[in-house]
Amino acid sequence: MNALTDNPALWLTLTIAAYLIAVYIHRRNGHSAHTHPLLLSVMMLVPLLLASHTSYARYMESARFIHLLLAPATVALAVPLFANIAHMRTMLRPLLIALVVGGTAGIASALLFGKLFGLPRDVLVSFSPKSVTTPIAMALAEKLGGNASLAAAAVLVTGILGAMGAERLLHWLRVRDEAVQGFAIGLASHGVGTTRALHISHKAGAFSGLAMSLNGIFTSLCLPALLTIWPL
Amino acid sequence: MDNRTTVRSQPDRAVKTNPQTDFLTGFVGLMTYWLSGELLVGLLGINLPGAVAGMLLLLVVSLIRKRVAPAVSQASQGLLSNLSLLYVPAGVGIIDHARLLTDHGLGMLVTLVLSTAVTLAVTALTLKFLLARRREDS
Repeated sequence: MNALTDNPALWLTLTIAAYLIAVYIHRRNGHSAHTHPLLLSVMMLVPLLLASHTSYARYMESARFIHLLLAPATVALAVPLFANIAHMRTMLRPLLIALVVGGTAGIASALLFGKLFGLPRDVLVSFSPKSVTTPIAMALAEKLGGNASLAAAAVLVTGILGAMGAERLLHWLRVRDEAVQGFAIGLASHGVGTTRALHISHKAGAFSGLAMSLNGIFTSLCLPALLTIWPL
Repeated sequence: MDNRTTVRSQPDRAVKTNPQTDFLTGFVGLMTYWLSGELLVGLLGINLPGAVAGMLLLLVVSLIRKRVAPAVSQASQGLLSNLSLLYVPAGVGIIDHARLLTDHGLGMLVTLVLSTAVTLAVTALTLKFLLARRREDS
């Protein structure tokens, strides 16, 4: 048994296997947000860790090989952004203003409501980048005194909420322009929302992807400064 | 090999492809952007994740060259198509926060619900207002 649990390949293999099962279930459920592969994978792996009395640190010794790939994947986000940036040409100024206003509202509202509900400081820091794509949010949380796992959880929940509720909310606000819908969904709920926006239309999906990338950059640049002046 | 030399002989914008090594070339490219980003952030002393700086570098280079190198594009697609897998290890880390979830679970959920709604509404209404005003102007 030790030969197996001491092998660094064990949790690496189980993580990829759990992910593949999760993707299969996600696909069978029509890619709906609440069967997101991350959520399902975690729900499969946590009981395995608990049952085998494996600590998270021990698990990470094996799984860190996957974790390491997050950084080059973050760099890779420049490729879809480059592809979508052409959509900005015609409405550069309105999009950038909406980015700054919406991006700031995303951070500030998380900090304000979090404080209101008495969340501890490290949770507030980890939640503040909750609207941006997971690799960026995790890197920011880690760098600014939060926790990468909490950030990943907050980002995932935000994405699922955005994917499930955004269309209803936008309809209620009488926002009918697909470009505006897509941009708001991508800015507020990153890649999970973008997957949903692609179901509205190709145009909404493109603006959603654009907003997701732009907010990742905006939040990275302004969050460190904002947190130093914000009374946490 | 023949294939490569013929392609290379074309002037300008020649696209060299070699299926055997393209993914690795692209992957090394992405890693190099990441490490350059880390270096840049360290040198400038700014509080930005190195990988994000690397992404900005790749974006700027692509905008200047008006294209993404095919190998980099291929490697990016490979990584991004299974992006969710890459955050599973971090997601499992929630196991260390059981106490936090029982103490603050509801507060955290409500915070995320309200904040997501505010972000969506503010962004959508700002952009809608700006576009409507621009239409009136023209």
